[in-house]
Amino acid sequence: MRKSEKNAVWMVLPLYLFTLVFVAGPLLYVAALSFAKPNEGYGVTWSFTLENYKRILEPVYLSTFAGSFRLAVTSTLAICLIGYPFGYFMAKSPKKTKKRAMLLLMAPFWVNSLIRLYGWIIILQKKGILNWILRKLGLIEKPLSILYSYPAIVIGMVYVLLPFMALSVFSSAEKMDWSLVEAARDLGASGFRAFWTVTFPLTLPGLLSGVILTFIPSMGLFFIADILGGNKIVLVGSLIQEQMTRGSNWAFASALAMVLMILTTLIILLYRKVSNVKELEEMR
Amino acid sequence: MKKKKFRFSGLYMGIVFFMMYLPIAVVVIFSFNESKLPVRWNGFSLQWYEKLFQNHAMMEALGNSLILAVASCLVSAVIGTLGAVGLSRIHWKTKGVLEYISLLPLMIPEIILGMVLMAFFYMLGIPFGMLTLLIGHTVFCVPYILMEVKARLAGMDPALEEAARDLGATGFRAFWDITLPLIMPAVVSGSLLAFAMSMDDVVISIFINGPRISTLPIKVYTQMKTGVTPEINALCTIMLGITFLMIILYSMLQRHKEKKQKGRPIRP
Repeated sequence: MRKSEKNAVWMVLPLYLFTLVFVAGPLLYVAALSFAKPNEGYGVTWSFTLENYKRILEPVYLSTFAGSFRLAVTSTLAICLIGYPFGYFMAKSPKKTKKRAMLLLMAPFWVNSLIRLYGWIIILQKKGILNWILRKLGLIEKPLSILYSYPAIVIGMVYVLLPFMALSVFSSAEKMDWSLVEAARDLGASGFRAFWTVTFPLTLPGLLSGVILTFIPSMGLFFIADILGGNKIVLVGSLIQEQMTRGSNWAFASALAMVLMILTTLIILLYRKVSNVKELEEMR
Repeated sequence: MKKKKFRFSGLYMGIVFFMMYLPIAVVVIFSFNESKLPVRWNGFSLQWYEKLFQNHAMMEALGNSLILAVASCLVSAVIGTLGAVGLSRIHWKTKGVLEYISLLPLMIPEIILGMVLMAFFYMLGIPFGMLTLLIGHTVFCVPYILMEVKARLAGMDPALEEAARDLGATGFRAFWDITLPLIMPAVVSGSLLAFAMSMDDVVISIFINGPRISTLPIKVYTQMKTGVTPEINALCTIMLGITFLMIILYSMLQRHKEKKQKGRPIRP
């Protein structure tokens, strides 16, 4: 037994070394960078300063954070509105449909998200399909410029992240005991009331985990805003990228990354707390 | 009443699926269009594919992506598989922490992972290029394999390897002959997932590729920003083809696994 544990040490060694050097190492390095003083050009001077964090509080950058946050909230809300009914209907559909829907929902995960976004460019652009259809129908005279606007970014976000929401609502609605709804109906509750007092609270954990799964990526998916928004809207992600490349202020970029990471961690912790409370309530 | 409700839900799901697959269909259909404009269908043509294959930079990027995906897959398969097996056998206090850190690349936003690696490689003085891309891709590929193999090991009987050891097999032999074949399906499906992720990645690669090396997704990304040409449609269609192949392989593997599991009670 002791010998096999000795062998096991050799087996985990590559993983230990690799994670410590290339996962923990870079994260700690950037954490340190965020407190260093930026030089002209790329380098930094290693003296402790909070300047980089103070700089984030400047109105320009604060509004970038606010803008990212607003976009994430808008997208997440839209995803909830479309994804919740979808997951709910999926759980209620017959077994065969369920299986097929699952497959159809999972398949796009495999397809490069760039390709899928590219399809939207073709559809939304000025000489694109949507404008052509709207014109043929006589609904508009001049082509709409939807591409490179705020709605286009939201469409892209919803499109890429919707499956996460649908799947997590589905999995909690699937586990639900539907006889509870029937009991409510038998006791005279209207369909809406039964949904609101029984189904909705019971599928809430699924909805919440869907919110986490969509909200966090939507804070960081800068390439959607870049491709469909045409760089008009600056998000935290694009700001970090700009500071790393053209701005060449790595210390400031590190501070931005740290704040973004802390924000997303806080949201995860908050979610854990909320879902724990839910479980406690259920136990009671 | 009930029937009517069911119909509405079917319609709703149908519409959402239609919107989901419409962009993909549009990309594929217009890659075969003779006209440059995506609204007019002028007839079937393969000219965009021809132009694409004559584009040396694009072909080079495709080569880079394939080499990178295969290499990072192999490296992370070795690290991840050995790590998962090893982790199931040691009882150190740092075990939990290590597992948490090694899964971290899946939990933090991609952009942060990319910038963090860029700064780190620069500090170490590693020149940006294939090597940095390989390390970077391995960072986010290892967790997929680690998770798949871990799940598989949890359902495995540790007595099997112990029996081999009792019968006189060396530690290496017992691992190679008993454990590895049993966890192989998980290794392969984890690797396929990692391969797909490596072929797909833009955000992390764009930070660590350096000025000279380009991967296919990076190429697509920069082309997309400058404008729409049917050449990208052709490229995307080819990438879709590769993805489709991977899905078929994956599902074949899954079916194989199911068959084996069905056969299990007969031969313990």
